[in-house]
Amino acid sequence: MSSSVVPSIKKDFIYKLISEGKRIDGRAFDEYRSIKIETGLIRKAEGSAKVKIGNTQVLVGIKMDVGEPYPDSPDMGVLTTSAELIPLASPDFEAGPPGREAIELARVVDRGIRESEIIQLDKLCIEPGEKVWIMFIDIHVLDQDGNLFDASLLASLAALYTSTVPAERFELGENFKLPLSKDPPISCTSVKLNNAIVIDPVLDEEEIADARLTVATDKKGDIRAMQKGLSGSFTIEEVKKIIKASIINGKKLREVLNKSIRG
Amino acid sequence: MGMKKPEDVILFKNNKRIDGRKPDELRPIKIEAGVLYRADGSAYVEWGGNKILAAVYGPREALPKHIQDPRKAIVNARYNMAAFSVEDRKRPGPDRRSIEISKVISEALERVILTEQFPRASIDVNIEVLDADAGTRCAGLTAAGVALADAGIPMRDIPVACAAGKVEGKVILDLCKEEDNYGDADMPVAIAPLTDEILLLQMDGHLTYEEFEKALDLAIKGCHIVSELQKKALLKKYERVLEVE
Repeated sequence: MSSSVVPSIKKDFIYKLISEGKRIDGRAFDEYRSIKIETGLIRKAEGSAKVKIGNTQVLVGIKMDVGEPYPDSPDMGVLTTSAELIPLASPDFEAGPPGREAIELARVVDRGIRESEIIQLDKLCIEPGEKVWIMFIDIHVLDQDGNLFDASLLASLAALYTSTVPAERFELGENFKLPLSKDPPISCTSVKLNNAIVIDPVLDEEEIADARLTVATDKKGDIRAMQKGLSGSFTIEEVKKIIKASIINGKKLREVLNKSIRG
Repeated sequence: MGMKKPEDVILFKNNKRIDGRKPDELRPIKIEAGVLYRADGSAYVEWGGNKILAAVYGPREALPKHIQDPRKAIVNARYNMAAFSVEDRKRPGPDRRSIEISKVISEALERVILTEQFPRASIDVNIEVLDADAGTRCAGLTAAGVALADAGIPMRDIPVACAAGKVEGKVILDLCKEEDNYGDADMPVAIAPLTDEILLLQMDGHLTYEEFEKALDLAIKGCHIVSELQKKALLKKYERVLEVE
């Protein structure tokens, strides 16, 4: 963010609170905001989900099409993830092609889904080398109040788990549920502020944070992906602390996700 | 419009339309004001199968500086469709259709906003179509009207839009997808409901002069019904605020 006057006043205020053990919205350092997940909102999409983490809102829609596979994986479906930081969501987002932030967001979500192999891409092959299902995950940020990483991955997962492959529309037999394995990675993001670690930052905290760490964990509590961001650094102890908190909060997030996709 | 109608599609029979509505009946409409946290004003509209969000930012300094108008604010509406809002995925970003719609909506809104109160400023209106089902520009402009009021932008009136058209020779209100695809005419209209001034008018298809008169009358009647829903949505938001206080 720019070094304008207002953020610097806000920064002093948030730093002062942190040194007193408090946060700007009254949460504990290791306390996640309330989460709400709604699925099946978009009729035109194969699957969709809206995730609210506090005031942050992200809508993800899944679309599918039939196309050619990549030459190096002729019997696998194709997965594409894009994110749009539309100007509706924040006064700082501008119209135009995706910038660095949007691309990082889409790539982190894409990796989380691709590397965990929850989508069985081999089951999305129609004719090897000729025809496969092409899958688009589109992340539409609606309201930016921090922690878009966790909200976007959670919304993508909830949308995937409620998706139907539209085979009838392409005259390829009956529609079927998207084949997915049951153990998705759940990400949990923390930032370092004034030498304190806070989980699930709001935008005000994110804008003045020194360093950020996103940790994705699986059902067993094993680590499945990490991404460090921003120019500050962490001590080894801080990283360990963040990972432990991510495992604990990952469990809670997983429960909310499971509840939303069961209905 | 323009698509050839399959043999088995009957658009109008026994004074009923393909979705069971009467000729002058609107689809179900739901409007909510103040749904976003970050925006200065916002609104959510469900209109038939359309789901549309509008957010207003401003008045704020117009940037880059060379676009500033020293006499008044610029009204910059941006109509955008989510990639997943249509049957075949839409490539993200503006295309010629959404640029044109953004332009006519900007101009319609500019007419009611007291732009001369905010020289060198811009008022940005973002309209996001999340789920599309015919009539998105009318639903989008209607949402924008509520979002502008919610943002406290001074206006002469709250703009509202509704389409009328023609299927099988019959003039009808608020076309659904099939009527839009296979019908004879589609005419979106936006008005300032206090004066019935026309802010937006487009038409494609084929209408006789008599049919046009009838369609315009019907569209304006539709606008007035939707206008009441807009006002209700705004009142509801402030009822909620009063309860909190």
